[in-house]
Amino acid sequence: MQQLISFIQKYKYLLFFIILQTIGIHLTIKNHSFHKSTFLNSTNFISGNLYEKFANIRDYIHLKDQNQQLVTENIQLKNKIAFLNAIEQTASETVITDSINFNQRYSYSTAKIVKNQYTKSNNILLINKGEAAGIENEMAVFNNKGIIGVTEKTGKKYTRVQSILNKNSGISARLKKGANYFGPLVWDGKDYRKVQLTDIPRQANVKIGDTIVTSGMSTIFPEGILVGTVLTVGDKNSRENKISVQLFNDMSNLRHVYVVKSLHKLEIKTLLNE
Amino acid sequence: MNRTIYYTFIGVLLAFLQVFVFDNILFFEYINPFLYIAFVFLFPVRELRFYFLFLAFSLGLFIDIFADSGGIHAFSTLTIAYVRLFFIKLYFRKTPVDYPFFSLQKEPFGKIFNFTVTLTVIHHFILFSLDNFSFQNFSSVILNTLYSSIFTLLLFFLGGFIFIKKQ
Repeated sequence: MQQLISFIQKYKYLLFFIILQTIGIHLTIKNHSFHKSTFLNSTNFISGNLYEKFANIRDYIHLKDQNQQLVTENIQLKNKIAFLNAIEQTASETVITDSINFNQRYSYSTAKIVKNQYTKSNNILLINKGEAAGIENEMAVFNNKGIIGVTEKTGKKYTRVQSILNKNSGISARLKKGANYFGPLVWDGKDYRKVQLTDIPRQANVKIGDTIVTSGMSTIFPEGILVGTVLTVGDKNSRENKISVQLFNDMSNLRHVYVVKSLHKLEIKTLLNE
Repeated sequence: MNRTIYYTFIGVLLAFLQVFVFDNILFFEYINPFLYIAFVFLFPVRELRFYFLFLAFSLGLFIDIFADSGGIHAFSTLTIAYVRLFFIKLYFRKTPVDYPFFSLQKEPFGKIFNFTVTLTVIHHFILFSLDNFSFQNFSSVILNTLYSSIFTLLLFFLGGFIFIKKQ
């Protein structure tokens, strides 16, 4: 007993150091598993609010750019309406089904990014809507230029988003034209303008400059959301057949995003699990 | 005691500076300075070692909460806070008798330089290794450590020349 006490006396700083180190490494490991991150993150009240304050200031400075972006998107949407109107008028004699009530697969809502990371090896974003606004885990996040990430942890008023610039990210994507080859999008942690499309079969005919879109194979992302263009095609004989993709989105300059809720997710998941 | 409170305040200030200013500074688009570790260099060496270790740990944890990085800053900051005493013995040739009178500003520049470079490199290396969390891309860990250390030290010495008066 005497020896034990003298041992503790002698190494008290080392013991204290080891206890704190254990907490640190525990938090680090927890942070690396999806959905299991602890309460110590930026979705909490204090840091979320502080980030929101600073983001508001930044917001005001970037009003002009954001307006420009919204105008561009408005034009795109107007074109789409005109196109759909044209189809409706030519095809007005077909049978009308009440498709809105039964076939809607996704519902969209908007949010703002209050914190953006793109230089770390596991990047995370924060958006200013949470459970109170109906945000759940595993919802898709994108903007008019392309995909951004997947929600991974909801707070009351803020939500953490796993960016596509994250080593754990693996969103399913495919080539826009041609056959339906698909594979996960990964990030090697080097350049925030490029991601890698892997596991595309060797027989797929991939050319430099081809457009990559989301495949709709997962329950998270709708089909056909833009990702980027093919920059280089890897060695055809390699195991992974990596294709380097240049993103349409400038991940360092994000503000307004859409969050997509997949309404059929539960059904698909129960079917897959049976 | 007065000095302890003063340096605690400096720690809080450095934490906020790190989160809202330095985390947004990106030299050449990638390199991020971590100036908050200056707290570990500057905190007085005394008997209050528990308090210092705890403070270093909470400073790291504070940065972690804002950066969503788990516990990597806490881990690496605590490590250099713990090994600091060893390097003070090694570089400045101090015995426990000298600790109450030890002040970084009174030491010659060469010794301070060795001391800060060693601690910064240790901190950054642990930080980037844990951030990477695998043995792949190890070259990028080394490069990040090197570049970030250079900019952290540059900012530290610049800040030192501007804010600290020479006696």
